[in-house]
Amino acid sequence: MTNDPRRTPLHDLHLSLGARMVPFAGWEMPVQYPMGVMAEHLHTRARVGLFDVSHMGQVLVTPQGGHMAAAALTLESLIPADVLGLAPGRQRYGLFTNDAGGILDDLMFANRGDHFLLVVNAACAEQDIAHLQTLDGVTVTPVTDRGLLALQGPLAAEVLARLVPAVAEMRFMDSQILDRDGVELWVSRSGYTGEDGFEISVPRACLRDFAQALLDQPEVAPIGLGARDSLRLEAGMPLYGHDMDGGVTPAQAALGWSIPKVRRTNGARAGGFPGAGIILPELADGAASVRRGLRPEERAPIREGVAIFDQAEGGEAIGHVSSGGFGPSVGGPVAMARLPAELPDGATVYAELRGKRIPVAITPLPFVTPSYKR
Amino acid sequence: MLKYTEDHEWLRAEGDEIVVGITPHASEQLGDVVFIELPEKGREVQAGDEVVVIESVKAASDIAAPVAGVITAVNTALADAPGSVNDDALSAWFFRIKPSDAGAMDRFMDDAAYQALIG
Repeated sequence: MTNDPRRTPLHDLHLSLGARMVPFAGWEMPVQYPMGVMAEHLHTRARVGLFDVSHMGQVLVTPQGGHMAAAALTLESLIPADVLGLAPGRQRYGLFTNDAGGILDDLMFANRGDHFLLVVNAACAEQDIAHLQTLDGVTVTPVTDRGLLALQGPLAAEVLARLVPAVAEMRFMDSQILDRDGVELWVSRSGYTGEDGFEISVPRACLRDFAQALLDQPEVAPIGLGARDSLRLEAGMPLYGHDMDGGVTPAQAALGWSIPKVRRTNGARAGGFPGAGIILPELADGAASVRRGLRPEERAPIREGVAIFDQAEGGEAIGHVSSGGFGPSVGGPVAMARLPAELPDGATVYAELRGKRIPVAITPLPFVTPSYKR
Repeated sequence: MLKYTEDHEWLRAEGDEIVVGITPHASEQLGDVVFIELPEKGREVQAGDEVVVIESVKAASDIAAPVAGVITAVNTALADAPGSVNDDALSAWFFRIKPSDAGAMDRFMDDAAYQALIG
């Protein structure tokens, strides 16, 4: 691999829209447009934002014998989720785990009738594909001829239905293959903002025209990675490599909800995934430290790496901020950190900022209420 | 007439004091400003001392005292409405400083030199 960042098929479009481009996970991506991070964030919560997420990895997993149940069970050997119980046309959130019980990546996986579609983080895609290729009985195909868009916001369904009427019938976490003027679109009703919306995989050759058709709708504005980060932070969604990684377990990352009863101790298909011997007892007993929300009482943002203490002076740090910044919809700073589980919601802890300890309230996640169309 | 520092501050002489803000270029680079921490009035500072913390949606940065002297006033209204830096950076003053050296303004850039700096 060279050090030159990769460019998405929308690179020229971003430049023509006045985007400020930054390196991100080996890609050159728009961090913001002239509207600015704050306005882009608020626009997405009020109307519709269009995000280029073509850097994310799309992977097809196809059963070699034609049996989806066999492929589902094979995927369950890497992912502690209910893959077998996922109906055709539906999508779920899951994790790849490692032998130490940590998280290798988080992903979306969809049952598309005769194969699974997986969407993984850009920075982990290569490693995830190699990980999947260790599986027997399935063919793993990285999707290299498509880009990915996210259309997010309360008016996303109304806007997208003008171009692709069938999306109006989709529910949250539906995943469908739809046609638009002979172009095959892979559409799921999901996202990373806490808003209703869609993720749309489009053939590379058609991506720019499709993105432009969306931008031509009066409700839609292009949104960069800056607002994507503040939107997901307010929505309480963890970011891989920050809020979780190979050294953080599902229970510590507050992602135990993605591991259903059937895969837990005494479940019909308990365990059978990397790190199960660590992950399952910890889910049953509770982790000592867990990802929590934090709201500083003052206006200063607390960012990644800031140490958290349980007293206003002295003592040892009880955790560090894993993601933090300003929440435009909250109207103040918000953050996440893994902190001792016994501290109750509402407890005051202290963030050390520029040599001073400032009071911070432990706050349930998410900071904003999601508005998914279930 | 405004003078400018290499740290993208604007300086305006008023009587024997200097009023300090950040340039529109700096505010654009910072992005939306969400938090400002001002120095205490009466504080004695050396040139280069970090006296203001600015947090934008992207990152934290500092403003250094452009000259040695005493902080004579701070714009508390700005701390209550940090976004006004983005609205009009040239009106959004941060603090006034009384320099210990009366000729302190002379060494800073004029408008032409600053415009050349930011290209």
